[in-house]
Order: sequence, then C-alpha cells, then structure tokens
Amino acid sequence: MNPILTVAAKEFRDDFRNRWTVALTILFALLALGIAWFGSAAAGRVGFTSFDATLASLTTLGAFVIPLIGLLIAYDTIVGERDDGTLLLMLSYPLARGQLVAGKFLGHCGALAAATLVGFGLAVAIMQWMQPPAQTLQAWLHIGRFILSASLLGACFVGLACLISVQTTDKSRAAGLALIGWLLSVVLFDLALLALLVVSGGNPLERAVYPYLLLLNPVDVFRLVNLTALGDGAGNDLLTGMTAHHSYPPLLLGLVMLAWAVLPFAWAMLAFRRKEV
Amino acid sequence: MNHAIEFEALTKRYGALAALDGVSACVPRGQVIGLLGHNGAGKSTLIKLILGLIAPSGGRLEVLGQSPWRAHALRRRIGYLPESATFYASLSGRELLDYLARLKQASRSQVSALLERVGLTHAADRRIGTYSKGMRQRLGLAQALLGSPELVLLDEPTTGLDPQASRELYRIVGELRADGRSVLLSSHLLAELEPHIDGALILRQGRLLAAGSLHTLGEQAALPAQVLVRPREQAMPELIARLETGGLSAQPRPDGRLELQVPRASKLHMLRELLADPAIVDLDVREPTLAQLYDWLGAGPQSGAKVAA
Repeated sequence: MNPILTVAAKEFRDDFRNRWTVALTILFALLALGIAWFGSAAAGRVGFTSFDATLASLTTLGAFVIPLIGLLIAYDTIVGERDDGTLLLMLSYPLARGQLVAGKFLGHCGALAAATLVGFGLAVAIMQWMQPPAQTLQAWLHIGRFILSASLLGACFVGLACLISVQTTDKSRAAGLALIGWLLSVVLFDLALLALLVVSGGNPLERAVYPYLLLLNPVDVFRLVNLTALGDGAGNDLLTGMTAHHSYPPLLLGLVMLAWAVLPFAWAMLAFRRKEV
Repeated sequence: MNHAIEFEALTKRYGALAALDGVSACVPRGQVIGLLGHNGAGKSTLIKLILGLIAPSGGRLEVLGQSPWRAHALRRRIGYLPESATFYASLSGRELLDYLARLKQASRSQVSALLERVGLTHAADRRIGTYSKGMRQRLGLAQALLGSPELVLLDEPTTGLDPQASRELYRIVGELRADGRSVLLSSHLLAELEPHIDGALILRQGRLLAAGSLHTLGEQAALPAQVLVRPREQAMPELIARLETGGLSAQPRPDGRLELQVPRASKLHMLRELLADPAIVDLDVREPTLAQLYDWLGAGPQSGAKVAA
C-alpha cells in the first residue's frame, strides 16, 4: 500500500479509537435533529421544519464547530509525535516527510468527513422517516452541498492544525495557537469586517471590495457557499450586510472553498520538508 | 563494498556550532560496532545523518553504498531503534508492528515471529500504554528488525532493561552478526557493551577520538595489563621488594592480593617470571577494559584528548 494511505488509514482508525469521531457523529446528528425540531419554536410551533431552514441554522452552527474540531483533532499530529519520541522513528521508515504529513492530513480529514456525512446523513434519514416531506431534488442538492462544504471547511482547519503542529516545538504552544487561529477566523475576522463596514458608511468603491474580503476567511466562504444557495442570506447579519448587493458565481465560491481546503495543508507540507529534526 | 557505513571528513553544523567536525571512519559489514561518547559528543547527529534525516554540511557519507540524504528507499534496508521511544500508547504491540511492516513494505507474516523473538508474544495484543519500559524497548528492537535489514542502528538499546533482558538483547545482536548484518550500537554502559562489539567509534565534542577494532585500540593505547597475584603467607613484604627491584610497582589490595601494572610489551615475559616465582600461589590477568580505554582517550566531556585518530 502507498505509505500515504497507510498513514492515513492509521490516523483514521485512531480518530475512531479515541472516540473523537464517534462523539462528533453523535453531536452532528443531535444538533441537526434538535435544530430541525425546535428551529421554529420561536414562531410557536414545534416539529420538523423545512430542510432549507434547518440547513441555514446548521451552517451558522457548523461555522463555529467544524473549525474548532478540525483544529482539535490535528493540532498535535506532528508536535505530539515529536514530544513522544516517535517522530524520529517514523522518519526512519521509507517514507518522505511530505508523505507523513499528507497521510495524517488525509486520515483526519477522512474522519471528520465521515462524521459529517454519517451524523447529518443520520439526521436527514430520521427526519425523512418521522415526517416524510416532499423532498425536491434541490433540497437534496443543498444537503449534499452542505456536507461537502463542511468537509472542505474541516480540511482547511485540519491543514491549518498540521501547519501549527509542524511549526511548533511543544504541544501546549500548538494548542494555544490552534485556539487563537479559531478565534481569529470564526470571531475576530467578521468583527473587524463589520467595523470596517460601519466606518466606511457606504462608499461605493469600498462596497464593491468588501464582498471579496469575505473570501479571505474560509469560514465566511463556507457560509457563503451554503447561505447564498439557500437564497435569503438566512439571518446572518454580516452576510446580509456585505452581500446584499452582490452575487457570487457559484463556481468561484466552490473554487475558493477548495483552495482553502488545500492551501494550509500544502504550506504545512512544504514547511515540514525544510524543518530540522 | 566492504563497509556498511563509510564517511570521510563528515561535518554537520547548526549555525556556528559544529555537531560533527570532519569525522572519518567506517563500519565494516557484518560487524557490531559501538558508538561511544558523552551527551553532546555527536552520536545522535551521526545517527540522523546515517538515516538521511539531515543533510551533511560537508564531507562524504555512504550507507550501504549510497548517499542516505532523502534516499527513502534505502531506509527499507536499515533498522533503527530510537533512544527511549514510547510508541503509540493506544495501539497493541502487534498493531504497531503491522503498521510499521506496511510502511516498510515488509512481509507482515514476520510480525508474530519477531514478537516471539523478543519475548513479547504474551503481551502482543495488549495496549502499548500498559507495557513496562523494558517491554517497550523490546518492541522497539522488534520493529528495528522488520524487513530483515542489512544495517541495524540501536540507540541506547539496553536503557531500562533488567540484566536478563539486556543479555537477551545482546543475544539477538549476536544472531544479527552471525547472519552477516551490520550493527551500530550506541551505549553508555561500556562494561556491558564490551564483550559484544567488534570495534568502537569514540566521539568527543563532534570529533572522532578513536576508531577501530578493540584490539587495535588497545594496542594504540598501550595500556598496561593488570595482574593480581596472591603471595604465599608471610611472603608479601619480601615479594613487594623483589617486584619493585624488577621495576614493577605493587599495590596491596584489601583482599590480600597485590595489584601489578604490567607494560604491554613485556607482559608475556613478566607473566612467565611471576608463574615461576615460588612466593606466588595464585595469579589473575586482566586486560585493559573498554572503560579504561575510554578514560585514557579522554572521551569524557571535560577531559582533554590524548590522541586524535
């Protein structure tokens, strides 16, 4: 077997063994079902609402949770082995450093994607069983898009975690950096943009630039991919504010999401090749 | 190609610090060579260079006939036991060896045989997290033997092993030698190491102090042999006086014997005389040990070198 796949299979199994993936699958399924059931409680109704409304809420939630989980399962992937003294052993085997990082990246991404697919898939199946709504092809496409983009968002943060893991010398520092990365991309980036939006007060040139600034943050790209497809901006103030007068070509969003899934990992791989062991 | 490892003027610098500084030596095929030196002597750097994990800053290095830097396929022919590795605590011993065998593209049918060889069959399916230090070390040895490597690098392999487990380890090292494999073995435990190695590379602060077979090194150092003689009762003062007239200094020991330092060149001649001496009832000859050689070479971190090889 190719060494990348051998390493990936081990990491994938380890994520299951550590119960990370199982816990995650259950979490995703419970969140999806909870939101689907109680999503319209504010309107005085309890019961399964439409898939689209559920997906809009899940997107907002996923944008918080998935980056955190991606960072948590992978932040110690290299630095942890260095701490345990197994890194030198692994590197003494006939595999290139890039192959080691690639295998770990693929294994963690696979585990996260499996949790997303099984967790949300389970929830969809239960919703379908409890209250078979008239599902349109489009609703299924939205669900597919959500699961795919959630997996890509996960890959982006697993890649970022690999980069942090390659560049740090101890686990606690790596954990700290991972949390800072999460805060920056999930909370602070949007706050900074909102502040800019308020301060600029509607200068037409600036209004034309802002929608593209959102593409600099993978979390926002994930929201855009799903919420613009769902049509109404789905209650996200930043998105509504920034993108009210802008429409993104779906292909562009797809490509940017894909680029975000690959870039941090590619950087991690290059950095590890140059690292002294 | 007579050498498993061969290096010439090998240098590795980290910024201004030379971890290895123009070192030349070789490890002959089919021999067990001890890699000796204190912490910071450059042993780990040399091992990393041999594994191709770091690039030399200068000089030439050939391992099994090729330059090891980033030669991934070459590592299939090398086994390595890192110093005090913990491995993956959540895997069982068998799972670890299975995984590593796949990475090395070695036959996984070897796994059970290797576990048996290092005496871990009974614990093969237990989590490595529950292993004692000695068991982990034996597991480490088993993984180093995956794929029947031509060259085996063992970094402090007996650390944490009880005496019997150490003997077992050296028995396996002996089998490797008998099988024509080359072994480079670093250790601080010189007395334990000595009977099992054919030669030594001794490093100090990045420089090679001495290299060669133990016999050659002993000749070079020309350390005196230690002879312990037991005099007949009441004959001690007379014997001391006589030996001193003959140019030998004799130190009485608490066990009632006399300790003599006999120069290498005149050892045989002196022994014949001592054997013929009626005042002596028993006699013991001790060759200089590796530890004495090591001290004499000044391989310690602070001491000054007496020879440069």
